Amino acid sequence: MTPRPPSAPAAAPPATSPAAVAVRGARVAFGGRVLWEGLDLDVRPGEFLAVLGPNGSGKTTLLRVLLGLQPLDAGEVRIAGDPARRGRGGIGYIPQQKALPEDMPLRGADLVGLGLDGHRFGPGLRGRAERRRRVAEALAAVGATSYARAPVGRLSGGEQQRLRVAQALVGDPRVLLCDEPLLSLDLAHQRTVSRLIDERRRAADTAVVFVTHEINPVLPLVDRVLYLVGGRFRVGTPEEVMTSETLSELYRTEVEVVRVRGRLVVVGAEDQHAHHDALESVR
Amino acid sequence: MSRLFGFEGLGELLGLPFVQNAFLAAALLGLVAGALAPLVVARGMGFAVHGTAELAFTGGAAALLIGISVSVGAVVGAVVAGLVFGLLGLRQRERDSVIGVVLAFGLGLGVLLLALYEGRASNKFGLLTGSIVSVDSSNIAVLVSVTIVVLATLAVVYRPLLFASADPDVAVARGVPTRLLSPLFAVLVALTTALAVPIVGAILVLSVTIIPGAAAARVTSNPLAATLLAIGIAEVALLGGTLLSLAPGLPISGYVATIAFLAYLVCRLVGRVRGRVRTA
Repeated sequence: MTPRPPSAPAAAPPATSPAAVAVRGARVAFGGRVLWEGLDLDVRPGEFLAVLGPNGSGKTTLLRVLLGLQPLDAGEVRIAGDPARRGRGGIGYIPQQKALPEDMPLRGADLVGLGLDGHRFGPGLRGRAERRRRVAEALAAVGATSYARAPVGRLSGGEQQRLRVAQALVGDPRVLLCDEPLLSLDLAHQRTVSRLIDERRRAADTAVVFVTHEINPVLPLVDRVLYLVGGRFRVGTPEEVMTSETLSELYRTEVEVVRVRGRLVVVGAEDQHAHHDALESVR
Repeated sequence: MSRLFGFEGLGELLGLPFVQNAFLAAALLGLVAGALAPLVVARGMGFAVHGTAELAFTGGAAALLIGISVSVGAVVGAVVAGLVFGLLGLRQRERDSVIGVVLAFGLGLGVLLLALYEGRASNKFGLLTGSIVSVDSSNIAVLVSVTIVVLATLAVVYRPLLFASADPDVAVARGVPTRLLSPLFAVLVALTTALAVPIVGAILVLSVTIIPGAAAARVTSNPLAATLLAIGIAEVALLGGTLLSLAPGLPISGYVATIAFLAYLVCRLVGRVRGRVRTA
């Protein structure tokens, strides 16, 4: 793994450029259960924010809020200065790797193309050459050109997830939302996918909001962490948040954070909130 | 065998206006059914189409009994069923059980309605197995308008529909109105089904709305190529079935279903051989 570059931005952005993501006083509750409230969060362009926490702590719900799929009970959320709303452009989304059905009627390039204009109505006859060029570029950027014409259902999980990265980035998003994109990938593919995301945010100043239950694969890339536990949360650099003291406070029980060969091991924060937090709720 | 395959007097038959109507109807149905089939397959809606066809049968039977046009009854039955199934969304298990419940009820009701009907027996039989020679020019007008409506709608919603069908999670994230598209597509399928019922019969609607899509999916994963291939298979099955059924004077459904099934087998074979080449 590469060490964290010293040039990683740490200072506040100049006042002229709006935060890529700005959350103010946000509150979400389901029934009587408050998921989180009073959440303030700014994500700068080019910043990598990891969202951590046990199942049911509202990580996926936060993504749904940013996508405009889940209204806030209080507060406001802005993406690049505008209120979040369903279907707004400028957001890329990478889902969990799920095996695609083998007879899925799409080739690699089709899957990426849907990320560019799949949400648009109309026959889409104009600008086909430009569309092809952008799809080809996105495929090349993730090294997926060789299987651009292969049926997606026949590709390996790692290859499918590379296509997901291309699909999310082909529209040149200002903000990239990732929901456990490394889950069920082997170590080599985890590295490739996180490297691709990292390269993009550095090259294009794309803000990354990265939901994960396991920080280690992306630890060298993370600028800041949002840690959610049972309605409480903490925002800060990994050094600030990933400590025994902070996590014990969040979990309200004795938690120990140990550094083992550059990896963070959290002991005592076993998942007590077994709760369905999968993408099912997005449907 | 000679009862199944005969070409006696075929030349004269082909000159008759009602026979020409039959071919026109088959061609139009092949166009819409083939265009929708790959999406039906991608959305896993085979059972829903079957249920829709049974409800079209119920509607047709009710229309026979009260003495209105069978096509109108079939369209009403199919669209109601399509809307109900479409609103169920993409969750497979829940959807399948609801379809099973509605289908069983609709089929039972339809059989009862047919039993109460005291008109010509061939009218009853036609609903189940189809009789293309009964298509007259007013049916043709309906067929043409429905074909135009379905194809025009499809042209507008195709991309989001493909997105929502093949990749629902990301489609929702990108703001595709999946909850709206689902019943809309179900209505398109229902209209097509209602057209198909008088022609191939309620039992064998699947032979033109599923088989062409399932067959094409074996050969190509290019959405456009799959659609064109599905249309081709549906046309060959429907036009070929019509031609073969003329001289023997038998219902076309058996011929259509057999040709479509053979096309499916061929596509599976081609797909398998190609897959072996790719992995070798």
